[in-house]
Amino acid sequence: MADKSTIHAGLYKETLLAGLWRENPVFRLLLGMCPTLAVTAAVRPAFTMGCCVIFVLLCSNIVVSLMRNLLKPHLRILMFTLTISTFVTIADLFLKAFQPKMSEVLGPYVPLIIVNCIIICRAEACASKNGLMVSIVDAIGMGLGFTFTLCVLAAVRELLATGAIFEVQILSLLKEGGWFVPWAAMSMPVGAFITLGLLLGVVNLVSKKRS
Amino acid sequence: MDTFNTLLLGFISVVLVNNLVLTKFLGICPFLGVSGRIDMAFGMGLAVTFVVTLSGTLTWLIDHLLLIGTPLEVTRYVCFILVIAGAVQLVEMYIRKFFPSLYESFGIFLPLITTNCAILGLCLFINLWEIDSLLDAVVRSFGAGIGFTMAICIMAGIRENLNLADVPDCLKGAPITLITAGLLTLAFMGFAGMIR
Repeated sequence: MADKSTIHAGLYKETLLAGLWRENPVFRLLLGMCPTLAVTAAVRPAFTMGCCVIFVLLCSNIVVSLMRNLLKPHLRILMFTLTISTFVTIADLFLKAFQPKMSEVLGPYVPLIIVNCIIICRAEACASKNGLMVSIVDAIGMGLGFTFTLCVLAAVRELLATGAIFEVQILSLLKEGGWFVPWAAMSMPVGAFITLGLLLGVVNLVSKKRS
Repeated sequence: MDTFNTLLLGFISVVLVNNLVLTKFLGICPFLGVSGRIDMAFGMGLAVTFVVTLSGTLTWLIDHLLLIGTPLEVTRYVCFILVIAGAVQLVEMYIRKFFPSLYESFGIFLPLITTNCAILGLCLFINLWEIDSLLDAVVRSFGAGIGFTMAICIMAGIRENLNLADVPDCLKGAPITLITAGLLTLAFMGFAGMIR
């Protein structure tokens, strides 16, 4: 009995860590690129987005895992999207009610979580094959990995675009007597694409050095 | 004449100024995945154009006839995604029957059009821009498809030439594609002041 529980604990830990680095959804699997690029102009919206994704991912993984034995193969994807869109509606209404400003900033990118590949991919690859506990741990790991990546990317972009992180001024701006000239391009689409490209390059370099 | 002008402006704005891929970051997955060869990119672009026009029109109709002003409005996202899934199924069956070779080369990317953000995104943007004539909605959905096709074909052309370039090892594949896309958006920013 004791053996079994240690094996389980190991499995959970393994699943949790996989989402954070080894199978990091953005850096490794290249999933969910649209929100990654669109909401990372500053850390605050990126963090909110990450929380929404964690919530939706967790709920949809739980539901899919509970109904995995009832699913017919050809209707599976449809059931996933319907489940996901229900939870996304909940998240969207919640943001509109309690965080109206943030909801405006994120705009259509909250409902676009429905078509975020990470969630469908986890429903398909994990929740529809595994039990409840593994699915929950997997959702948390993947969600945290996604949020972490989003925040890193957003921190780089916000720092270079405004000299601040989480709206706290770090670099002193030139027009206020400091030295830093903000790169306006970093808050535009160009900055998003190029920063993500270079970050992916760095991740490749690091993981190659390790192995 | 006025209607024609509005439609033309709407079309140009959605193809160039508000290009879904390069300014709104929608449809990045196929943009990175299928842009390796120009003929496949073009086929993908056409399939997306068809689906986006169909679902843009249908969702506008559903939105205006059924949802707006009723309590059913909360089910908007669920309705939209159902329409899109249905349209994709239709296209998939059509291509499998009449263009089997194209069907083979698309592989997994064809059913994945359902989860192409460009399509759901466009439906949501049409709702957000508060477009109130059906014709305008149709023209803009079609324009969005054309904009997607254009972006993915330009990208495929660049990537075919990129194969001959000497790229640093760690940037090979996705990273260099993203950086190229970044430079491409820089070019498209030139259209930004053209129309509001």
